[in-house]
Order: sequence, then C-alpha cells, then structure tokens
Amino acid sequence: MAKGFSYSYKKVNRSVYGNIVIFIILFIVGIFMALPLLYTVVSAFKPLDEIFIFPPRLYVRRPTLDNFVLMFQLATNMWVPFSRYLFNSLFICVVGTIGHILIASLAAYPLAKHQFAAKKVINEIIVLALLFTPQVTYIPLYIVMSRLHLIDTYWALILPSWQMTLGLYLMKQFMTQIPDSLLEAGKIDGANELKIWWRIVMPNVKPAWLTLTIFSFQYLWNQTGGSFIFSENLKVLPTLLSQIAAGGIARAGVGAAVALFLMIPPIILFVISQSSVMETMVTSGIK
Amino acid sequence: MGIIEDFKRNKASYLMIAPYMLLFTIFTLIPVVASIFLSFTNYNMLQPPKWVGWTNYVRLFLADKIFLKVLRNTFIFAFITGPISYLMSFILAWFISEFNPKVRAILTLIFYSPSLAGNVFFIWAFIFSGDTYGLINGWLMRWGILKEPINWLQDPNYVLWVIIVVQLWLSLGAGFLAFVAGFQNLDRELFEAGAIDGIKNRFQELWYITIPQMAPQLMFGAVMQIGASFGVSTVVMALGGLPTRQYSADTVVTYLIDYGTVRFEMGYASAIAVVLFIAMLLTNKAIAAILRRYSTD
Repeated sequence: MAKGFSYSYKKVNRSVYGNIVIFIILFIVGIFMALPLLYTVVSAFKPLDEIFIFPPRLYVRRPTLDNFVLMFQLATNMWVPFSRYLFNSLFICVVGTIGHILIASLAAYPLAKHQFAAKKVINEIIVLALLFTPQVTYIPLYIVMSRLHLIDTYWALILPSWQMTLGLYLMKQFMTQIPDSLLEAGKIDGANELKIWWRIVMPNVKPAWLTLTIFSFQYLWNQTGGSFIFSENLKVLPTLLSQIAAGGIARAGVGAAVALFLMIPPIILFVISQSSVMETMVTSGIK
Repeated sequence: MGIIEDFKRNKASYLMIAPYMLLFTIFTLIPVVASIFLSFTNYNMLQPPKWVGWTNYVRLFLADKIFLKVLRNTFIFAFITGPISYLMSFILAWFISEFNPKVRAILTLIFYSPSLAGNVFFIWAFIFSGDTYGLINGWLMRWGILKEPINWLQDPNYVLWVIIVVQLWLSLGAGFLAFVAGFQNLDRELFEAGAIDGIKNRFQELWYITIPQMAPQLMFGAVMQIGASFGVSTVVMALGGLPTRQYSADTVVTYLIDYGTVRFEMGYASAIAVVLFIAMLLTNKAIAAILRRYSTD
C-alpha cells in the first residue's frame, strides 16, 4: 500500500562543506527548540532557593520533588482536587478523539472512494476549511453554542473537535490509496457499504487512525476551555496551569511541574506513533 | 443525472457523510455565514441585530486607528513569521532527510515537540520575565550587556518581537511533518538520473528534482501555515495580555476577541473577522498560483 518509508536514496553530489553547514544549522535550531522545554523540566525539579538565584541557571543542583507535591496541594486548595482536572482532561480527550476518528473516517471513505455529485464541492470546502482558524468565528460560535445549551458542558469542547477538518482531510487522502479491487471483493461477498467501511477500509487505515489520534489528542489536551467552560469542576488541566502561572515567579517551580505533567502525554503518544504519522503525511499533499 | 437521482443512487455515500457534515455545518459553516451577516449589523447580544450596511467596515478602515495598528501587526506576523517558519520547516525537513531513520526520528521529535507541548509556551513568560529572575535578563546582565532588566513583555518596543520568537518556536506543525514525509518518498531513480544529467550539488538537486515533486506537500504546508500565521492570538494573550500595552502586539484575532468578549460589539467584531478571512483567502490564492506555475514548468 504505502510506499516503503524507511529507505534513503543513494547519496550523490554531497560535499563535506554542505554537511558541516547542515550540522551547524540543525544544532542551532535544535537548541532553540529544545532549550525552553529543557528549562521547563529543570525548573520543575528546582527547590525554591534555586529558582531565586541570580543569574538564573539552566541546570539544577539539588533536584527535589517539592514542586510536584505543591502542585497537588495547590490544586486541592483550588475548589476541586487535582484528580478532577485530570479526569476532565482525560474524558474530553478520549471521547473527543474516538468520536473524531469514527465520524471523520465514516465521511472520508465515500469522499475518497465513491462517485457522486456533491463530492467535488465537499472536497473543495474541506480544503478551504483547512485554511481556517477557528478564532475567526469566535463570536457566532459562542452564540451557536449557547443556543444549543452547550455552554458549560463537556460537549462544548468535544463536539467541535469531532469536525476538525485536518483529520477528515488526512483520513480521506490516506484512504485513496486503498486498492479498489479490495473493496470490490467485499461487494461481491455481499457486504453493504457500512460493512465494507468497518471490515475492510478501517483495518487498512491504521496509520491514519494513529495520526488522527495524535492531532486530536494534542488539540483537546491543550484546550483551555476558553469562554465555553465556567464551572470550576468542569475545568481542565491547562486552566489549572494558567491559574498557577498567574502566581508569577514564586510559582515558577510549580508552574513548570504542571507544564511538565502536561507536555509528557502528547510527546509519548507521538513517539509511539511517529512512523504511522509519517506514513499518513506522505499522502497529505494538496493537488 | 438529476440531483434527486444522484442522491437515490448514492444514498449510502451521503448518509455516511451526513454526521460529519451536520457537525461541520453547526460549528463552522453557520458561524462563518453568521459572521458575514452580523458584520453588517449592530449587535450587542441582548437586543436583536440592527442592519447598518457598510458602517462597520467604513469605521474599521477610516476611523479606527487601532485597527490599522493591529492590521499592521497581523501582517508582520503573517509575512515575517509565515515565510520564515515555512522555509524553516522545509529546510529542516530537507536536512533531516539526509540522516538515517533513527536519527531522523529523533530530530523530527525535537523540532516538532514545541507544537506537541502546546500550552507550555508560558515558560517563555519566565524566560522573558521583566525582572532579574528572567533567564534573558539574568544572562544579559551577567554578561554586562544590560545594566537594568528590560520589561520584555510590557514594553511596547519589545513585546511584538518576543512574540514573534515564541511564535516561530511553536510554528513547526503539520506542514513540517508533511515535508519530512515528502522527502522520504521521493523517486530515488530521479536523483540517479539527475546525477548522470549533470546535477552537481544538492541545491540543484533540490531545485530541479525535489521541489517539483513535492509541490502537493508544499501546497498543504502553505495552507496550514496561512491559517497559523493569520490566526496568531493565544501566544499574544498569554504573554502580552489582552490588550497588550498600547496594542503593540495585538493582532486582528485578539482585537476581535477584545471587541467580542469585552465590549460586546458583535457586529463590529464580525466585520473584523470577515476582513481577516478575506485576507487569508487572497493569500492562499496567491500562493496556490505561484506553486502551480512552478510545479507545471
């Protein structure tokens, strides 16, 4: 199906100078990318007195878990326990991601493989919508949400994530690679379209599932709830982070602890699924 | 074939698309159409919208000096961070493609992890903190470059540039992944043929063989990039506040959030949104035209 991913082409026309330039640039950009994350990790393990050292240090001399302990204590004193924030975040991520994958791939299959009148228009709308940042419709979206009584419910974050265009687009692109003969074999066996989708198409697009999982999880995990969630017991982890970060330098250590806690799950998920993501992204091009 | 016959014949296809399209209509299409309609009205969410024609647009471009300022900021983000991060994504993906799969995977992770980590950009608030505990101030003072700490996030002279740096840090997104993937799937034989045909170095290789092959990925990257660079807002609000000091780093999006959520002038805010959307569409059309011309050569 997908072209083998891990070959690298025969290297001709390579000069040593070029290699040195590449190493230097990669090194500089790599430092720029990694340093803030490293600083987060280091700060999370800094005891209070090391946070206040001048000049600030990029390493920690006496690492401590105090910040993590404080993180749980602070969260406990903030109306609702830490576990509640964690539950809210996980619930939204899991329900949002599963729904997104199902709904997007259900729609992607006919868009990739069937012929019908509205197909071209829908495909064009989807490419157009890729361009779109949701903030642009912030206000009408709020009105729609409040008319549907979604404000202050989990669904205010979950339902919009089910229609993220990027997921549908990538899934559709990936599905176009499935050989038609495979689908026809299913039809000859008497399966209806729904069955073909579930039994033949879905098992063949596992890399795309994983890719959608990454993008959807990453999006939902970082959602702050913005102006859609007000109840304290529905708030998510990033909200907790911003509340703690608002405490300024004295809370820097705890803030870093929460940040570290927040950044690890999406990174682990990406490490696990990286090769699938790459396999899916190969088909991402817009022609 | 008529519409009804088409629908009857392809009922299964339409039914499978229906759940997605229903949600898409509710959460994207209706809000877009509503934005366009509301932009011609006065609306405060309490009373029904009142039709005012082009008034909002006239005010926006002729009477609102701050709008011109945030428009300028937005174009700075879109036309500085946009191309830089697009080129950075492409060049890094190109460099990465020279390594073996394991190293490549690690480098991809390093470059992509800021986007994965999402909200963690608040750590930049500590790096650029206005007191001596800020990493940048601390270092500059230790090296004797600064005598007094600079209030990076409040000083109108600096905040825009700080946010550009953070935005660049965050900007290697889906487009970058598409480029990395694209580089791995180039037709190997073309490079060998190219070498025989007299391609001398990797720049010629890139220009004559790689880029034309990657036109579809480049288009995808461009679309993702336009959305990201015109939509800059979260970082601005998190680091500079809403609004930033003297609107020095506010963008069209934060300005519309300001009008929409603080002043409740929904009609005016919607006009701002429509202007932004049109700017994004035009940029997209321009880039598509450029890439198409190049790739069919």
